[in-house]
Amino acid sequence: MNRFLAIVEREMRKFFRSPVLMIMSMMLPIVQLVILGHAYGGHIQGARVAVVDHDGGPQAVKVREAFDSVAANIATFTTFNYDNETQAKEDVRTGKVDAAVIIPAQYSRRVYAKDAPRLGLVVDNSDQLMSGSIESEMQLLVNALNGPVIEDRVVKNIALNIVELYPYVEYMKYLLAGSIALAMYISVMIGGGMLYIDDKARGVHEGYLVTPISKLELVMGLNVAGAIKAVLAGISISVIGSLMAGLGVIFRPGADLNLFFLILGTALAFNGMMFLMMVRVDDPLVPRAMFGVLNTLLFFPSGAISPVAAFPKWLRAIAIVDPFTYAIHGFKAIMLKDGGFVAIRGDLIFLFAFGIGTLLVATPLFKRTL
Amino acid sequence: MTSHARTVTPGADPLHQPSPAIQVKNIVKKYGDFEAVKGVNFEVADGEIFGLLGPNGAGKSTLIRMMTTLIPVTSGKALVGGHDVTKGSNEVRRMIGVIPQALTSDQDLTVEENLIIYAKLYSVPKVEREKNINEVLEAVDLTKWRGAQTKTLSGGMRRRLEIARGLVHNPRIFFLDEPTTGLDPVSRIAVWEMLNNLKKTRNLTMLLTTHYMEEADRLCDRIAIVDHGKLVALGTPVELKQSVPGSNVVEVQFSREDEDWKSRLQKLPGVTEVESQSAGVYRVLTSNGSQTTTQLVEMANGMGEQLRSLMVQNTTLDDVFVHYTGRQLRDETVKAVFQMPPRPGAH
Repeated sequence: MNRFLAIVEREMRKFFRSPVLMIMSMMLPIVQLVILGHAYGGHIQGARVAVVDHDGGPQAVKVREAFDSVAANIATFTTFNYDNETQAKEDVRTGKVDAAVIIPAQYSRRVYAKDAPRLGLVVDNSDQLMSGSIESEMQLLVNALNGPVIEDRVVKNIALNIVELYPYVEYMKYLLAGSIALAMYISVMIGGGMLYIDDKARGVHEGYLVTPISKLELVMGLNVAGAIKAVLAGISISVIGSLMAGLGVIFRPGADLNLFFLILGTALAFNGMMFLMMVRVDDPLVPRAMFGVLNTLLFFPSGAISPVAAFPKWLRAIAIVDPFTYAIHGFKAIMLKDGGFVAIRGDLIFLFAFGIGTLLVATPLFKRTL
Repeated sequence: MTSHARTVTPGADPLHQPSPAIQVKNIVKKYGDFEAVKGVNFEVADGEIFGLLGPNGAGKSTLIRMMTTLIPVTSGKALVGGHDVTKGSNEVRRMIGVIPQALTSDQDLTVEENLIIYAKLYSVPKVEREKNINEVLEAVDLTKWRGAQTKTLSGGMRRRLEIARGLVHNPRIFFLDEPTTGLDPVSRIAVWEMLNNLKKTRNLTMLLTTHYMEEADRLCDRIAIVDHGKLVALGTPVELKQSVPGSNVVEVQFSREDEDWKSRLQKLPGVTEVESQSAGVYRVLTSNGSQTTTQLVEMANGMGEQLRSLMVQNTTLDDVFVHYTGRQLRDETVKAVFQMPPRPGAH
């Protein structure tokens, strides 16, 4: 017991004496939270749309007034008048404007004659997000123009009443679960994997191996120390991230307890996974090379950035065995939905089972000799 | 293949006791097809400082790693403090202190913290721990640095810390793998003095590896010369030197190189062996240094040749190494720097 605690003590003394690890493990997730949260969180605003009016009639004026209304209110786009349709299309192609609306000649006459009037929209679909937003806004606008002047007394269309269970979730809040898991992963990779292999290469482990410490004590010491570091990273980023994203969940003791169990399970799972991968590695370059690959392979399919349901089957298969998936699902359940223990029970079972399972496999593989 | 070291004074081992501190019997270490240690035998008496001398890659570190339970023995037997390193590895670990070749103390921890952690790894009780730490810090002259972070220490001080770390649990037997490699001459001498003091005050048995002749000569009661995984000679420094024919070495360099120099030198009185070295330098082993030198100078004058350099010295362990292996230790050491041997365990 004393020997196992000596390993933990050594690791923790080093950890607190050198705050670089703590700062490094939190830097990337916080930057990601702030940048991605703001970059993808809002609506498109200020897109430039060229308007080529070949008609000039009263109905064309009505369309242009509708455009002006959008520009003045939701501001998805602002319009610029073009005389030349070819020039407008060329400017869309070269990126001077994001889209071009063509009001053809005889548009007003066709509206009055109910002769299938059409508006043209040229979009740059190489940018799906921008073109999608403009298309959607234009569609709303056209629907509004199509609406009858006098409403029917009985609405014939089927209506869909949407009930949103939770208040509007900003993308930054959505990302927070991923940021917590990412901070813990970085802490485990740097504070566990890299330092472990570096210590091995420097001969520190050789020093341990000549003492009477047993294999189990050594494995436990290294893993408990790694898990403590990951838990500290998880708690820190939960508090900092919640305050930044404006989530008050951290001030509810019940939710905090669930959050702590989830952080603990995640730390155990990540640490077990890392230890299993590094147990026979001697080259300090290996964990550094694996860092980025694993980050992409495990973080992105986990549902941290976008829902797992949007992935192809093979990517979903990765998500099923990926501890990130369960950690992020659990964090979202607590932080965004205020779900209780029931909401995270499955995640906790997977994370603890994964952590214990990987450690059970890794321990016999750990060599008590050089 | 068993390596029986040539004991230079058979039956005259003054330190031999019925129960030696270390017994190595026909020990072998193989990495795949490569045999790093080839059936080595030796014994180390209680309280003795025993040196394994040889170039890098000779198998010294592999031997010490087997004795300290760091790597498994392929065949043969090693008993440390009466315990088998394979079957009683934990008993062995409790009674040994080990100073590895690399400086492995934690740089982020203080001197005292490094010692505390290791004392805990050996389960030294708290009261004894504090007493031991004070004593070992005193012994290695680091008491006033106990609160300093290890990264602020010089190389020599760090090596002293490693020695203190190895002693914090009061071991009976102390293993040191190249304890002064990388140290400047002043620090090296300080470490030698410290090890001599420790031997006197603590009655420690020490086994050290080195490729420094002077270190082996000054520190060790007995030396085993290791080459290519075998023990080629074993004895006290004096015995080893006496075993080499000739008591003096004359090192001479002529201004002009000639193929006949070697045969001419061999004809000089008292000369037992002539070895041709690089850059026209000849090492002449002789039983009478002054006479050989006089004759050599007269021979050169008579031939109208000039001597570029001339040096007379007593037989050194370097000569012993050359005698038993046919090569110079320093050449092997330099070569090893450029041709690193495969790391143990690497395939």
